[in-house]
Amino acid sequence: MTRLDFMQGNVASAEGAIAAGCRFFGGYPITPSTEIAERMAARLPRVGGTFIQMEDEIASIAAVIGASWTGMKAMTATSGPGFSLMLENLGFAVMTETPLVVVDIQRGGPSTGQPTMSSQGDMLQCRYGSHGDIATIALAPASVQEMYDLTVKAFNLAERFRCPAFVMADEIVGHMRERIEIPGSVEVAKRRPLEPGRLPFAAGPDLVPGFPSFGRGYRVHVTGLTHDERGYPATNDEAVHAALVERLVTKVESSRREIADYEVMNPDADVVIVCYGAPARTVLQLAAEQAGPPVGVLRFRVVWPFPEHALGEFPNAEAFIVPEQNMGQLAREIERHTSLPVVPVPKLGGDLHTPGELARVVEEVRRR
Amino acid sequence: MTFETWLRADRLPHIWCSGCSNGTILNCTLTAVDDLGLDPDRTVFVGGIGCSSRSVGYVATDSLHTTHGRALAFATGVKLADPTLNVLVFTGDGDLAAIGGNHFIHSCRRNIDLTVVCMNNLIYGMTGGQGSPTTPPGALSTTTPYGASEPAFDLAQLAVAAGANYVARWTSYHVRELERAIRAGIETPGLSFIEVRASCPTNYGRRNRLRDVTDQIEIFRTRSMLKAKYDRLVAAGSPVPPDAIVVGEFVRRANPVMGVPP
Repeated sequence: MTRLDFMQGNVASAEGAIAAGCRFFGGYPITPSTEIAERMAARLPRVGGTFIQMEDEIASIAAVIGASWTGMKAMTATSGPGFSLMLENLGFAVMTETPLVVVDIQRGGPSTGQPTMSSQGDMLQCRYGSHGDIATIALAPASVQEMYDLTVKAFNLAERFRCPAFVMADEIVGHMRERIEIPGSVEVAKRRPLEPGRLPFAAGPDLVPGFPSFGRGYRVHVTGLTHDERGYPATNDEAVHAALVERLVTKVESSRREIADYEVMNPDADVVIVCYGAPARTVLQLAAEQAGPPVGVLRFRVVWPFPEHALGEFPNAEAFIVPEQNMGQLAREIERHTSLPVVPVPKLGGDLHTPGELARVVEEVRRR
Repeated sequence: MTFETWLRADRLPHIWCSGCSNGTILNCTLTAVDDLGLDPDRTVFVGGIGCSSRSVGYVATDSLHTTHGRALAFATGVKLADPTLNVLVFTGDGDLAAIGGNHFIHSCRRNIDLTVVCMNNLIYGMTGGQGSPTTPPGALSTTTPYGASEPAFDLAQLAVAAGANYVARWTSYHVRELERAIRAGIETPGLSFIEVRASCPTNYGRRNRLRDVTDQIEIFRTRSMLKAKYDRLVAAGSPVPPDAIVVGEFVRRANPVMGVPP
């Protein structure tokens, strides 16, 4: 039965994780994500799960990967500096096709930056931070409700595609308190086991192999080295390396329409604001209250793989305006997929854009 | 024990140089797990990066070959998620004591139920012979061309101080003692750390007048001193040879542990 509650975004993310079947959390305290670890420390032992505070973020994500290989759903939560530390092992998770979830409550960077202030500065780090070529699944909640819903969804996508899934939230949605409807049950993806007779890293037509959990007699070898379908190192074989990396990228990128999740308002509009995460709240207010011709809104709940086809939902569009709490990280991606003008509206420092600021940009773009 | 029970025949030959003792240490470890009757389907080997860590790829159990220095952190996740699994870790001096030093001390502090076998060959072998945290002062390596100038870590003492329940040191010459130590380590709940002095003629020996394969083994044979004798000498104020390799059991205790089935 659906239950109404009033809670913080970070707490809602932890509750969503537990509803999605997460039973392992390895983490390290970092503002502004710590409440997720604190909630998991309190909740997991009561549902038969395991919480451990590791010695750093490198160890946290390593423990999460290790736990996932026993067949358990596992996650960590962090913010920019910790996310940077996790990158090497996140590449390992991609290479070994380990399902897991990372919640990144973004804060101002670079470096220690603004620990208590909001940012969307890690959107390219999660996409391109690993060495080598990877595909990324990243979700961007804009409310406490979505902290819950998209954390559930991240677990399901991680299982479906056997890869890390990122909840790229920010300090504002992480620390905000709002009304939330907690569903009585949620749709939960189960881990699909390796089919009998199939090699452990041999994929079928969907490019995603079944999972050979540890301790079940598969006797699988798992390595971050380039490996063949048996899982054995084949580091000097060009063809094996190319086929492996292409499959790891294609299994996600070729499913971008399946993964895509976005909201469209005023599809006939001439000017469209493209947004995700906390800045979307300002955009929605502007769209609701603005006098004059309606402004289009395209709000992404999934940012990576980038749902480029969504730009086509606005046949009359003459320009895209992109307010972000960074210097234009997603704006650059949008430019790659349209010949129309793309106007980034960067906002640094931690505050949201005001509706007035965005209204002025809309007017200015219309005058051009 | 049969070869096929514990080794992946289709992964051989291995990558180790002639004269490397990693194969001996792997063999001792597999003898120990087999003697104890561990179920290969319920046993997981975890390694980091380096010659030693490559061992996990030759073992016919579930095996996790991870990132440099992080084997213990990965193993912590495996063991906590399923404490009924037997989890063993292969690592080396660079992997464990340099890049993985933080995970080493915290795993010992947690006293998590893992058995860690460290092949300490005093050098980074896989990358071609650079100095490691256990390279003795004065020893030559590609990054200490005028002799190592830093003091070396005593890994066994470090594990004792950090809280491991079982700590022993042997060399690849002492195969029976090593098998027994690994058995004792597996049987002792909590973190068990077995340091094994290993030979690397290719990248340590040839720069340090130990070019012949047998030279390093001879040092292990002649310079090893039992911990009990070492302690007696120290207590009596008698001189101890500075190049003695102190071998034997350093600690066996029953402090509270983590990662065992409830």
